[in-house]
Order: sequence, then C-alpha cells, then structure tokens
Amino acid sequence: MDSVPKVPIDKWVEGFVAFLGEYRGELFDPIDSVISGMLTFFSTVLTGVPFFIIILLFGALTWVFGKRNTMITTVIGLSLIYNLGYWENTMETLGLVIVSALVSIVVGIPAGILCARHDAFRNLMTPVLDLMQTMPAFVYLIPAIFFFGLGEVPGVIASVIFAMPPIVRLTNLGIRQVPQELAEAADAFGSTGWQKLWKVQLPLAKTTILAGINQCIMLALSMVVIAAMIGAKGLGADVYRAISQVDIGRGFEAGLSIVIIAIVLDRITQHAGQKERETI
Amino acid sequence: MYRSIFYGEINGQLIHMQSNGCRWIRGSGSRHKPSNVDEKQWILNRKTEYRESTMWDARYYVGLRISISNHALVCCGISQFFVLRKNVKRGKRMPKIQVRQLSKVFGRQPQLALKLLAEGWTKEQIFRQTGLSVGVNQVSFDVEEGEIFVIMGLSGSGKSTLVRLCNRLIEPTSGTIFIDGEEIIGMNATQLREVRRKKLGMVFQNFALFPQRTVRENVEFGLEIQHVPVDARQEKAREAIALVGLEEWENAYPVQLSGGMRQRVGLARALANNPDVLLMDEAFSALDPLIRKDMQDELLELQMTMKKTILFITHDLHEALRLGDRIALMRDGQLIQVGRPEEIMTDPADEFVKKFVEDADLSRVLVAKNVMKRAEAITPDKGARVALQLMMDNGVSSLYIVDKKRSLLGLVSAYDVSLAISTGETLSTIMKTDIPTVSPDTLLHDLIPMMADVHVPIAVVGEQQRLLGVLVKGAVLGGLVGKVNISDERIERLRVEVKSDGLRA
Repeated sequence: MDSVPKVPIDKWVEGFVAFLGEYRGELFDPIDSVISGMLTFFSTVLTGVPFFIIILLFGALTWVFGKRNTMITTVIGLSLIYNLGYWENTMETLGLVIVSALVSIVVGIPAGILCARHDAFRNLMTPVLDLMQTMPAFVYLIPAIFFFGLGEVPGVIASVIFAMPPIVRLTNLGIRQVPQELAEAADAFGSTGWQKLWKVQLPLAKTTILAGINQCIMLALSMVVIAAMIGAKGLGADVYRAISQVDIGRGFEAGLSIVIIAIVLDRITQHAGQKERETI
Repeated sequence: MYRSIFYGEINGQLIHMQSNGCRWIRGSGSRHKPSNVDEKQWILNRKTEYRESTMWDARYYVGLRISISNHALVCCGISQFFVLRKNVKRGKRMPKIQVRQLSKVFGRQPQLALKLLAEGWTKEQIFRQTGLSVGVNQVSFDVEEGEIFVIMGLSGSGKSTLVRLCNRLIEPTSGTIFIDGEEIIGMNATQLREVRRKKLGMVFQNFALFPQRTVRENVEFGLEIQHVPVDARQEKAREAIALVGLEEWENAYPVQLSGGMRQRVGLARALANNPDVLLMDEAFSALDPLIRKDMQDELLELQMTMKKTILFITHDLHEALRLGDRIALMRDGQLIQVGRPEEIMTDPADEFVKKFVEDADLSRVLVAKNVMKRAEAITPDKGARVALQLMMDNGVSSLYIVDKKRSLLGLVSAYDVSLAISTGETLSTIMKTDIPTVSPDTLLHDLIPMMADVHVPIAVVGEQQRLLGVLVKGAVLGGLVGKVNISDERIERLRVEVKSDGLRA
C-alpha cells in the first residue's frame, strides 16, 4: 500500500488558504467592512429602538403576512423574552440572522437563476452546495477566523455558507418548475430573456423561492451557537456560557428564546408565500 | 476553380446549386467569381443580389445546397427558371410561409441522423441504432396568405415540433423557413424577436395563460413586452377581448375561467398584437367536444373578417376537415399528403392516409361541386326538335334551358318537349321555372334531405344563376361512399369555372 502515495488534499487546501491569505487585504477587507457595517446598523437599530415598539412591529408583521392568531403568540413570546432578560442578546442574534439571510438572498437568488438557465452551471453548483451543507461548520470556521479574525463577521460567513444552499436550490427548482408551455409562450410573443425572467418565471417561482428564504432564515438561526464560539454576541453566547458553566436553567432560558425567535420568523416568512394565487 | 451558383426551384424544392465553371444564366453581372474576391463574401453578395433582384421573386432563393456535376440538372434548372419568371411576371403571389427541407433531430449528433436519413434509413432504425430521435424529416410546404393550413398527425408524428420550428422555439437541424420571403432561420436574436412580436401569434394546447395575471393582463402581454404605452395596450387588449366575447371577464384570473374561456383568452392574446400569422398548436384539443365545436365555429367566423394565415395543428380528423383550407398529413416526421380536404378524403395518397380518413363522415366534407355531373343545357331560341335530339344523344330525360351567358332559365322534360313538337310551342313557353337549385359549396350533408324530397334533378348554380352542373342521385350516393374519384384536374377545372364565373359576373 505504501507504494501508492496519499492524495495530498490537505496540502492543496493549505496552499489555497495560504494563497488567499497573501491577498487577504484586497479580498476580504471589503467583505469584512460591508458585513460589519450591516451588523452595526441592525444591532444599533434593533437595540436602540424601545422593546415595545419592536414587539408591536413584529405583531404587525405577523398580522399582515401570517395567520391572524399567531400574532398573539408572537406578542406573548417576545414579551417573555424581555421578561427573562434576554432582550438585548435576542436583538443581537436577530441582527446576525437578518444580515446572514440578506447576504444569502443577494448571492443565492442570482446563483439559483443561473442554475436554472444553464445546466452546466447547475452541475457545477450541485456538489458545491452539497459541500456547503454537509461540511462540518468548524472546518471552514478555522480559515474564516484566519481571514476575518474573531468576532461576528466569520459568524455571518459561516451562517451564509450553511444557510444559502436552500435558496439556490429552491430558486433553481422554482424556475424549472414553471410549465414549459408558459416559458414557450413568453418566447413566442418575443420576450427578451430578462422579460421572460421578470414577467413569467420569477413571479411563478415566487412561492418556491419564498420557501427557500424561510429555510435559509431557519438554518441561519441554527448557526448562532456555533457563531458564538468564535466570538459572536447574542443568544448563542448565552447558550455557550451556560454549557461551559453547566448552568442548566440559564441554558434552557436562552434556548427557549432562540425557539421563540425561530417560531416568529418562521410564521412571518412561511405564510408570506402561501397567500399567492393557485397556479393552473 | 470557378464556381457558379444557382438558386431555383426543381420539383417543388428550393435549391441552391453550385457548379464548376459553367456559364448558364443570362442576366446582369458576372456569375463567375473574380479571383481577387473572397469566396464567402462573393457568395453572400450573390445571395443578396438574388434576393433583391426583381426578376426573381423572393421565393426563389436558398433552400438546400447541392453540389452538382451533372449539367443536365443545371439545364433543367434553367428551364425551371423561365417558368418561374413567367409566374412572377404574371403576379403570382408569394406564399406567406415557405418551409423547405426542414428537419429536426433530437440528440447529440443530429448530423449523423441526417446522413442516415439521406441513405434511406427509417426513423425507427435510426433511433434503435443511434438513439437519435428524428422529430421532423425533410418537410417542405407553402402556406398561402389568408388560408388555414392544418397539419394533422397522430401523437409523436412531429407536428408540434414542426409548428415550434416555424417560430424557432425549437431550432431546426437543417432546412429553412421563409415568412413573407424573409428567412427566419439564420436571423439573429433581435431580428427573430421582432418577427415574433410583429408577425407571429401563438395559441397553445394547454392555453399557457399566466396564472398571476388577469385576463386583460394576459392579453396585454405581447404588447407589454414591446413597451407599448399602458393606455394604448389596454385599448388593444380590450378590442381583442371583445373579439372573443369575454368583456365581462376582463379582470378575472385564469383559474376562474372554464376551459373554453381560457382558450378564448389564449386566442385574444395571440390576436392582440395583430400578427399576420397564427400558429395554433392543438389549440382546441384540450376542450370537450361541444366546446371544441363552438371554438371551431368561432375561429372560422373570426377568420372571415381577419384573413389571418393560420397554421393549425391537430390530431383530430374532423377538426382538420372542418377548419382546413388545406390539410397536410404527417407521419414519422414526414408529410405524407398535402391537399384540400376533399382530395384527402377521396384520393388518399397511401394506406396510412386511407385508414386515417376511413371513419370520417364524407357528407360533411364533400360539397355539391365535388359530385355534380355535367349539365346538358340548351338556349331557348332552339327548337323543340333540337332539344329532343340533344336529350336522346346524351341519354337524359330532361334538359336545362339557359341564356347565352349560361344563366339558368328553366327545365324541360322529354315528355313536354315531344308534346311541344306536335303543338309547335317554343321551349320558353313549356319550360318549368320553379326548379330546385343549390350553390356549388353546399355540403352533401345538407343536400341529402333535399334530394329525398324532389323528383327532378337538382341544378348547381353559381352566381347570377349560372348553371354549373347537375346533381343526380347515383353520383351523390357514390360520393358518400368515396367511390367518386375526383382528380385534381377536375377539381381545379371546376374551381376555375366557378372563379371565372364569379369574375365575369
């Protein structure tokens, strides 16, 4: 067996990371500043605005997008978080999730559209997406820390890597599921590629894409604890501290807060898509 | 080596011939390539020259490129050329759509399948050996302006592929298509889009309405993507919706409509940008039979005023017979027969067509002029004796009386004529004038009850009461069982007669 040399994947990856490291400034500083700028903005807004306004805002959002009776659950749940004393950390977490979701959407939807239009691109993306979803987060957290340093930015990066695949997949699926006759109709009347995309494919794929966004937010939320391990603030930090101190009570409280946030976000985004008219 | 090229039509196929250094066309300019000119550019210039030449109608350019060494073919081409030129000078109209040698092969190596087809392999052999699927196999036909051209075939015969090739929703493997003399194949994306926007409308089998848009927004779609201002396009959309009678439903969504109504919207959407050509892919096949018949009637009614050129795809023979001015039968990607409905019915090209049309109701296809016999007639100034002699010569028992322009005046029977010979009366005093007449386009279906009621022959008259022929029971019954073999020539002659009658009138 010794005669067959080991495939030096480790060396390749290290070499690649080292190569990226050399150009760290040019490559990663813009990303770093954009993400930390967004994070600062959201955490300032969310922690700066009085808690009852935020609660009312979320109540209104569930009223508009979700089912009416979940509004009560939302208001009670968020009030409970405030009562337990996790309000500020919850808002930090929410900011982290919103930024991760925004980045995922901005990158993921165009990537999904490209996948739907070009089979070759989809074939290239599929294993990449598999890798993103299944590679243990700690593996790419190490280089992320190397590039961005400790803190919230690598946390966002890790969340984006984990949470973006459903958006890409479901955008691709949604567009491909548009009945061929409808795409043909758009072409037959002389649409340009963009017109077909905007006026036919995206509107019809909307429900599926929204399901992708919903999944993305849920997955981003599930990454907050891991993000906390590399220095991100928020509920994840509380959970992490509770684990290290074996503080069962506080751990449960922080975990419960994450669950409440998850339910609220899920109800808002899940039902947004379902109000669409049935397709023929 | 010099090269000459020639564009022309031989045996109904547009060809582009190349020959080696042979002079054969009279005309302006050299047909030989000067040595200092790039060959590709030269050929391109020649093409343009032919295209723009007044001597050549736009219909006579590149279809199929064949290299020939056989000068006989060239000579044949030349004679063909003069025939064509004569046609052009006579003002023969250019067909709206010309399809030439169009083929489509699905699979990775389409050219291989084309080669095998040329070697005489069948579609099935090719599929078994290479896995390539031949959709459309060297199809050529013309569609005249204002006609409904029906392409009929079973599923898998390539008819839907064929219609999609016409607006290049599917790219052909070889062959070409002209619409108004403009070559669709080879257009760049922008030109193609212009043609699709301005000239072609399409109606789909499953309607293909956009579910998120209202009826009006669906109908507006074609105009919207052309950036027509909102007011103008709403106006046009409303007109189109009114045409199909859905004014009340303007703001409904497709899910709220029944199948028939949805297809009306589909039709309105195709009509909204006022295209010359409508491509209708099994447009009524998804509707239930009664609604389908309504839609067919409505299409025919609309067509009376619109005069669009319609390429209609169907698998339903009765639909084809009802709608088609001409019908093309398709099997395994090839056209088996192209002709008027009555030709297809009475003169099927092969067993396949025969089987296909077997169960069709001939009485709803054949019209009076298809089964009428020559009518014996005489002018009233002739004497009774002449009339009797004429009857005896032709073995008939009655004779029509017509004036000099062959307008029908009346009918005399042999009995009356023989009486008149003894009394000395003239033909015009003894003739009966209340005789049954029908127009040449009356369906047999409507003739039969009439024939049962009357006991004298029925006269077929054109405009101005012009006598065209006579219906006798034997011939009509023969027509019903398809025993009457109507040759092209005869129909054509009848047609010309009817037409020239119309003109003279």
